[in-house]
Amino acid sequence: MKLRYFAWVRERIGKPEEEIEPPAGIATVSDLRTWLSQRRAAYAHAFENPTVSRAAIDRPHVRADAAILGAREIAFFPPMTGG
Amino acid sequence: MAATVRLQREPFDAGSEAAKLRRGRGDIGAVVTFTGICRQDEAGAPLAAMTLEHYPGMAEAEIVRHVEAAERRWPLLGVAVVHRYGRLEPGEEIVLVVTAAAHRQDAFAAAEFLMDYLTTRAPFWKQVELAGSGRPRGKIWIDAKQSDDALADRWTPHRAAE
Repeated sequence: MKLRYFAWVRERIGKPEEEIEPPAGIATVSDLRTWLSQRRAAYAHAFENPTVSRAAIDRPHVRADAAILGAREIAFFPPMTGG
Repeated sequence: MAATVRLQREPFDAGSEAAKLRRGRGDIGAVVTFTGICRQDEAGAPLAAMTLEHYPGMAEAEIVRHVEAAERRWPLLGVAVVHRYGRLEPGEEIVLVVTAAAHRQDAFAAAEFLMDYLTTRAPFWKQVELAGSGRPRGKIWIDAKQSDDALADRWTPHRAAE
């Protein structure tokens, strides 16, 4: 699946997007964040505060407990500041 | 009802967007035009510029979703939303919301509803460049305001907590 990062999440991770295949057992957005955070300190830094970590699966907003099975694109970003 | 939703780098003309919306229409009695503008300071610090990052595809989809919610909630006769992205300098327009209805209450309420949701739910992120005293003071991502969440939440008082 493709992962995309925006705003300071992108800056902390150091890239705008990447392709990854999470291992079996990574079932939710929250699992995916934890797994990424264990792989590299940059991800842990990006996801350190769950209260300012947002996600979307194939565009719509999702909660941390959303299942990632079948997702093509998962985006991680901070709370939005548009308008 | 055909709504206009556009994301663009270029400036927009609020007057011509509003005029387009009501051209040839005799049923529209109220048009509300809201323009959000890049201020010259952020929390008291002078601003050199602001950069708006967005998530292409999702941004359009989220705006359309909220325009449709507004159309279900109020008897609207026209809606236009234009949101800019990229680098903007103080004084430049950021976002335009135009709502048309037979009566002003509906047009005002729908415009406010759309702005409250654009601020908290549309995937845009503001980064400001502060103008320092002779040297650049770097770029700062603007934090989301809890007061903005409260403004968006007032439209859904019975929504389950997220």
